[in-house]
Amino acid sequence: MRGLTLSKVILTTAVAVAGMNGFSSLTRAAEPADSIKAILSVNHDGKGAAEAQQAVKALSTADASQIPAVLAAFKGANPLAANYLRGVVETIADRTLRSGGNLPTAELKKFIDDRGNDAKARSLAFDWLKQADKPLAESLIPAMITDPSPDLRREAVARLIKIGADAKEKADAVKAYEEAMAGAVDEDQVKDLVEKLKKHGKTIDLQKHFGFLTKWHIAGPFDNKGLKGFATEYPPEKGVDLKARYEGQLGEVTWTEISTKEDYGILDIAKEVKPYKGAVMYLTTDFTSDSKRLVELRLGTPNAWKVWVNGKELFAREEYHRGMAVDQYRVPAELKAGKNTILVKLCQNEQEQDWAQRYQLQLRVCDPSGTAVPSNDAVAAK
Amino acid sequence: MRRSMTLLALALTLSGAAHAADWLQFRGNNGDGIAPDSDLPLTWSDGDNIAWKSALPGRGLSGPIVVGDKVYVTSSSGFRQDRLHVHCFDAKSGKELWDRQFWATGNTMCHPKMAVATSHPASDGKRVFAFYSSNDLACLDLDGNLLWYRGLGWDNPNASNSLGMASSPIVVGDTLVVQVESDAEAFATGIDVATGLHRWKIQRPRAANWTSPSLLKGKTPELDVVLLQSSKGIEAVDPHTGAVRWTFTDGASTIPSLSVSGDTAYIPSNGLVAIKQADDGKSYKTVWQTAKLRPATASPLVYEGRIYTSNTAGALACADAATGDILWQLRVEGPFSGTPVAAGGHIYLFNEKGKAIVVKPGEKEGEIVGKSEHGEAILCTPAISNGGLYVRSDGHLWKISK
Repeated sequence: MRGLTLSKVILTTAVAVAGMNGFSSLTRAAEPADSIKAILSVNHDGKGAAEAQQAVKALSTADASQIPAVLAAFKGANPLAANYLRGVVETIADRTLRSGGNLPTAELKKFIDDRGNDAKARSLAFDWLKQADKPLAESLIPAMITDPSPDLRREAVARLIKIGADAKEKADAVKAYEEAMAGAVDEDQVKDLVEKLKKHGKTIDLQKHFGFLTKWHIAGPFDNKGLKGFATEYPPEKGVDLKARYEGQLGEVTWTEISTKEDYGILDIAKEVKPYKGAVMYLTTDFTSDSKRLVELRLGTPNAWKVWVNGKELFAREEYHRGMAVDQYRVPAELKAGKNTILVKLCQNEQEQDWAQRYQLQLRVCDPSGTAVPSNDAVAAK
Repeated sequence: MRRSMTLLALALTLSGAAHAADWLQFRGNNGDGIAPDSDLPLTWSDGDNIAWKSALPGRGLSGPIVVGDKVYVTSSSGFRQDRLHVHCFDAKSGKELWDRQFWATGNTMCHPKMAVATSHPASDGKRVFAFYSSNDLACLDLDGNLLWYRGLGWDNPNASNSLGMASSPIVVGDTLVVQVESDAEAFATGIDVATGLHRWKIQRPRAANWTSPSLLKGKTPELDVVLLQSSKGIEAVDPHTGAVRWTFTDGASTIPSLSVSGDTAYIPSNGLVAIKQADDGKSYKTVWQTAKLRPATASPLVYEGRIYTSNTAGALACADAATGDILWQLRVEGPFSGTPVAAGGHIYLFNEKGKAIVVKPGEKEGEIVGKSEHGEAILCTPAISNGGLYVRSDGHLWKISK
């Protein structure tokens, strides 16, 4: 099924590219389309690498007028294919500029303007437009504040931060910072804006801004002595029932409510519940989506974990105490319209060092750009 | 006849085959950190023995490699450090010839002291292999054209370490040997340099590991083995098949890598252990073991019959490589992350604060004969080629030469 879908994407993209790309003759048009098709076929474990290598070599000899066509092929490309395509674009663009040639700046602008194009390809187009025609590239930045590309959005946020910093009137500064905050998704820019707005008496609800889930039910501890709990399927994994009672590591276990007011949504089990060692805790919460859609669950934790959405395991990672950060892990998830149940298994080991005592989780729901996707609690309440 | 010779010379030139003066990977072509150069400066400063200093746009701890008249180094940039760079500089002028960029397909989270571009790039003289903490592996020709790209982190999303990965791949014949080892998933692989495909892939002990593979030559080329180090010890594998020939099971460090000199491997293991492979290539024998030599982060250096280690206190210890007996110790200013290199009878160390320290080792003591400040953190292992010492600081690539 996956192969069929991929084939459709390849064919659709290749045909679309060949049709709109301006390859001048019919003979020449078929060859680049074949090359692009070969690149889009690369996949896990080196599949298609030999064909892609030949395709890159062939495409890289094209002139700069073909760059928009290669950029168009990014749509639907997997991360590996995107890097092959990037290699083609950079080779052509670099060669062109170093030899005194021109890039098709009007076409690059048009490509960037169309938010329906691939976000990475638009970001790449912007990078080269900056080198070819910096004023034109910079003229596009103000419209990028809610761009699907986090890289382009970052440019727009940085511009507004500078406007705010340069403003002579407080009202102008606040206006710029608030506009920037509306688009900011990177933690460093958000933190900078929070501090700047704070100086002007404005506070930001960071939990809401990032989309952290802050209200959960928690059950545990279950046994993780000798690290055996990670692979053990305890009852909550067979179905979440908030009224259920379980036999736990230290006696009977029930679901209780837990919430956090920490700005970045950190649930601190060691502090708020108990500093369990060799333990498994389960956390669950409901998330209401307006529609069926793809989102990213972004987690941070120094503990081993598994995550399920509506009973489907999405990822499992058995690593302890190697650090924790906002957006440490990005897990694609498909939400259905209406109520979705998120379940997290969080495991603590038995290390005794001071730095190995954290038992924490932060989890947010966002789109690929990092913009928060809020649970529609109004719908949930009905 | 003369014309044939000319054509042969031309063919060799065009083939881009490795030259003796190249520095193709972590610790150089032989993996020993030693160069034949004999005329490197002992001290340098602005306007004095610094041939050039070129800015790097991204972060990185990786060292440079030198292939012919070009210097290659990696870096990463962007808020998420997910923009991966391969830079190429002209060795003579320091001019950047190109900068190829890719998007990381694996995890880019690192400890603040680490960087996504920590692994040393490698080359077979015709291609450049750039490897990153995200386990992205890019292969370019010497002119920056992409040949193949592997997302080993994309293929194996659990094979990552939130502190960062640091193992540097090495080229053995036509195989690139790569270690990807973390708490959650661990493997080593031999990759065909021409195609990017796995020749072999073996499971490895599931534990965080920052060490790099090393080649130990056997009595005959067929008995050459790649030594894969981990907390469990050493696996000696056939570089072309991944078959395990023998194992050393006394445990080993997961930070400093073992060093090879001649037919002996010096393993950071409960101190330091020297071993030799048996003549039949099926086992090893221990030559000596000492608890008194304890390399910290930097790997040991074996030079002119002596072995040098630096400990956490910043002391450089010199021992007889044949016996492990300590000959002298010298207080140097650590800490060191990069492994020292040697040439012309001198040892070149770079501490994490960016100070270069040149030591002249003697029979009974070592002498510091030069100190130079770079003013930026240095955690890389430098390269030496054609009278130039190439080192990468936090923001720059430097060429030191007379």
